[in-house]
Amino acid sequence: MKKLSSSLTNMAVVLTVIAVIAGGALAAVNAITAPQIEKINADNLAAGIKKVMGSEDINVADPTEQKATIGGKEKTFVFYDVADAQGTALGTAVQTTENGFGGALKVLVGFDTEGTILGYTILEHAETPGLGAKAGLWFQKGEKGDIIGKNPGTCNFTVSKDGGDVDAITASTITSRAFLLAIKNAYDQLNAQQ
Amino acid sequence: MSNIKILTNGLIKENPTFVLLLGMCPTLGTTSSAINGLSMGLATMFVLILSNFIISLIKNLVPDMVRIPSYIVVIASLVTILQMLMQAYLPGIYATLGLFIPLIVVNCIILGRAEAFAAKNNPIASVFDGVGIGLGFTMALTLLGAIRELLGTGVLFKSDDFGISGITLQGENYGMLMFVLAPGAFIALGYLIAAVNKLRKA
Repeated sequence: MKKLSSSLTNMAVVLTVIAVIAGGALAAVNAITAPQIEKINADNLAAGIKKVMGSEDINVADPTEQKATIGGKEKTFVFYDVADAQGTALGTAVQTTENGFGGALKVLVGFDTEGTILGYTILEHAETPGLGAKAGLWFQKGEKGDIIGKNPGTCNFTVSKDGGDVDAITASTITSRAFLLAIKNAYDQLNAQQ
Repeated sequence: MSNIKILTNGLIKENPTFVLLLGMCPTLGTTSSAINGLSMGLATMFVLILSNFIISLIKNLVPDMVRIPSYIVVIASLVTILQMLMQAYLPGIYATLGLFIPLIVVNCIILGRAEAFAAKNNPIASVFDGVGIGLGFTMALTLLGAIRELLGTGVLFKSDDFGISGITLQGENYGMLMFVLAPGAFIALGYLIAAVNKLRKA
């Protein structure tokens, strides 16, 4: 078949047809995948809440959202009040985002009713692999920067370089600072809310 | 040129990274570990094969003066579809690759091969070209990622997202951090290009 010539009509028709087909294909795939993506995100969050509260058998209340301006930037905090199967309050899981070294650092952290950290998980990050990306493990129980069981209200919740009580990830002070700040802000907002 | 020859052409003789020097941005940006390099290479290869195939099918229907916008629409749609499908059905891989997928749209290897090969050859040959160039790119990125990860962290093929602990070849405290960061990418890539060119001429 001979190649179509570059006349104005040909160009307009071909571009329109290609754009319409591409748009249709995208809409179709989106319609198929959107419910599945939503389900995966919801599952991830539910699993994350279980993980940070350290309990499998929990009831999670409907989330409440709170915006606060900290350091000139508006930040969003989402609170999930968690109770055990009998209905006794276990504490609250808080989701927040802070600017890390490579981009947004989205953290989910669980506090008990006293404000002591029960657990944390990193939902999204863009930190440097081999450095800041270690944050998902570094601050867990028994690791070098263990924060589990600490209460940001009663201890000096910054990295040791800034005079605090937490060991920063080796060579990733910025990530560590952002991570600890996210948790400290979550704690402050949680206290302010109650 | 036979299809097999087209395929092997992309591996060494026209390796997109070491010889054509195309797609330097994802090459330098995503190869901080071997797994990252491998993942980026495979995702690019997938898009490259499909885009080569579709573009060589429609090459006669697209007037010359609007071929670039047409190809870009095709490539961007493919990448978006790939991203949505992975997010829905392969969330584990998406966790690692998600960051890099939108980068594929502007990867000049894809548009470069569409222009240089797919627009002039039949669909079957174009698919073989996509496989060859894609494998060459994957190989190069994995090699670069492995060198940087090994020198930078002392571990090889580690990935927290896949739960692979990797092969520890030297203590984790003896890594040269520079190699994980940007300067290490340029240094390692420079030496690799020099080595490959020496081998090609020999």
